[in-house]
Amino acid sequence: MVRGTRLAVGIALGSAALLAAGFALAWHPEIERIAPPASASFGRALVLEGEDLAKLGNCAGCHTVDPARPLAGGRALTTPFGTVFATNITPDAETGIGAWSRAAFNRAMRRGIARNGDHLYPAFPYDHFTHVSDGELGALYAWLMTRPPIASRAPPTHLDGVFGFRPLIAAWKLLYLEEEPLQADPAQSSDWNRGRALAEGLAHCGGCHTPRNSLGAEDKARAYDGAMTEGWYAPPLNARSPAVRPWTVDRLHVYLRTGLSPAHAAAAGPMGGVTRALSEVRDEDVHAIAVYFASLMAPAPAARQDQAEPMDRQTVAQHAHPEAAALFAGACAVCHEPGAPMMQQGRPPLAWGTPLQADNAHGTVRIIMEGLDSPAGATGPTMPAYADLLDDRQLRDLTAYLRTRFTDKSPWSDIDAAVAQARQGKAK
Amino acid sequence: MIALSVNGQTHQVDVDPDTPLLYVLRNELALNAAKFGCGLGQCGACTVLLDGKPVFSCLVPVAALGNRKVRTLEGLASPDGKPGLLSVAFETEQAAQCGYCIAGMIVRAQALLERNNRPTEDEVRAHLAPNLCRCGTHMRILRAVRRAAEMMGGGVRDVAEQKP
Repeated sequence: MVRGTRLAVGIALGSAALLAAGFALAWHPEIERIAPPASASFGRALVLEGEDLAKLGNCAGCHTVDPARPLAGGRALTTPFGTVFATNITPDAETGIGAWSRAAFNRAMRRGIARNGDHLYPAFPYDHFTHVSDGELGALYAWLMTRPPIASRAPPTHLDGVFGFRPLIAAWKLLYLEEEPLQADPAQSSDWNRGRALAEGLAHCGGCHTPRNSLGAEDKARAYDGAMTEGWYAPPLNARSPAVRPWTVDRLHVYLRTGLSPAHAAAAGPMGGVTRALSEVRDEDVHAIAVYFASLMAPAPAARQDQAEPMDRQTVAQHAHPEAAALFAGACAVCHEPGAPMMQQGRPPLAWGTPLQADNAHGTVRIIMEGLDSPAGATGPTMPAYADLLDDRQLRDLTAYLRTRFTDKSPWSDIDAAVAQARQGKAK
Repeated sequence: MIALSVNGQTHQVDVDPDTPLLYVLRNELALNAAKFGCGLGQCGACTVLLDGKPVFSCLVPVAALGNRKVRTLEGLASPDGKPGLLSVAFETEQAAQCGYCIAGMIVRAQALLERNNRPTEDEVRAHLAPNLCRCGTHMRILRAVRRAAEMMGGGVRDVAEQKP
């Protein structure tokens, strides 16, 4: 009896201690409001540097919905845990970050804590921003605080089940937030080190290209192995790259800068916006990112053998998918058949693009159904959307035909799911 | 022979299955409103309605139609041949200069107004964006769509309503 009581008291004390420790970890004070700083208080050079950095980080990719109301937030980001709404990061004092001091901004960027002490969901990639220098954070702050304030309250984020309880994010941070800055690798060039700092930091490339674990953290053991993000497949950027032509520094540089690699393909989905932003930043920074990823992809199969002639198994594909062959001839060939006018303009053949070479059909299906925006640097035709031109069976058949005709890889088994998912996304 | 339903009538045509719908409309059925512009799905001069949705008919192989119903500008006129409501609005606003893009513009606008006759100005602009006009009559085209919406008992709202 006495022993039982002791045990109960022990458990109670232990639990209380754990709770207290948890509370201490999870609780962060509010940082006092400030009056929004005057635009004139920031130097012009600093603001311009901040603008470059904001483009490298593609802040607008999530925080802008309506181009007429830049950075006012409200964009819904679908995650396996529920929908996260991007917040207003204009300097509006009430609905944006106008009342945030430098200290509050730094704490949010590095540790994912809002000015009022709330934990922020890691959809905001602060796990990358720990690698951004103080000087760069200062420039970003200067740029953000000199934007036009827009009063706009983003819808509140309510995640499913326990994920809706924000103090639990403290535990997530304990597990996954690396607060130490990256150490330069003396064995590598300064370009490589700059590229790595940008890619791992502000540009947060792993946010889309690295698979996430069951708690939504990037799985560092599988860094850049390729992952699904918002229904798009972000392809591997390492030895697993399925590209059939090598991603050299020059080709990556051109691709990142213009949204189109004549040796590969055009940027699709969210990458379109990334390349449009990168087309406007300092060239050296884009080059540095290209140096870094070219080194990561150097062990990929394509790097050992450049496929000089695009694969084209027209007869095999015609036999396997006769109906789709007619669809291709009527709907696609006018641009994509060898010798078509677009192909004379240096556009890459379908066989060289990563989407058809990938392990899943999602990229190919979405590009067919939704089309592509013009690449940042190119004039000439853009891919129109076929969602209303072709029915599901035709889309499925055509996708299978493309895979058979332009690659020697095994057929996809997930085309139906990809079509259904793209239709659902469109219906929203 | 391939069967297709255009403006409520079924036709049998003897063409290759990969023939673009636009060629069938113009060359086999003498429906010449839809125009050949770029042939690459970039300009919209060939726009027709496929089950009510605007598509580039230069990119639709006739084999892809199946049972789906095609409507062209000719099909928007009343059975006694009077021009459709949008055509009247375009004429009243003198929205055509060379006129080459206009059939496509009217057909695409029709799809919007059938679905929603009280769109915002921004919605109209976004909806018409896939169709190009090289003469620069865009402002007149927008006025014509506004007029048509009003003739349908709706209207074009100037400002997008603020989302809460």
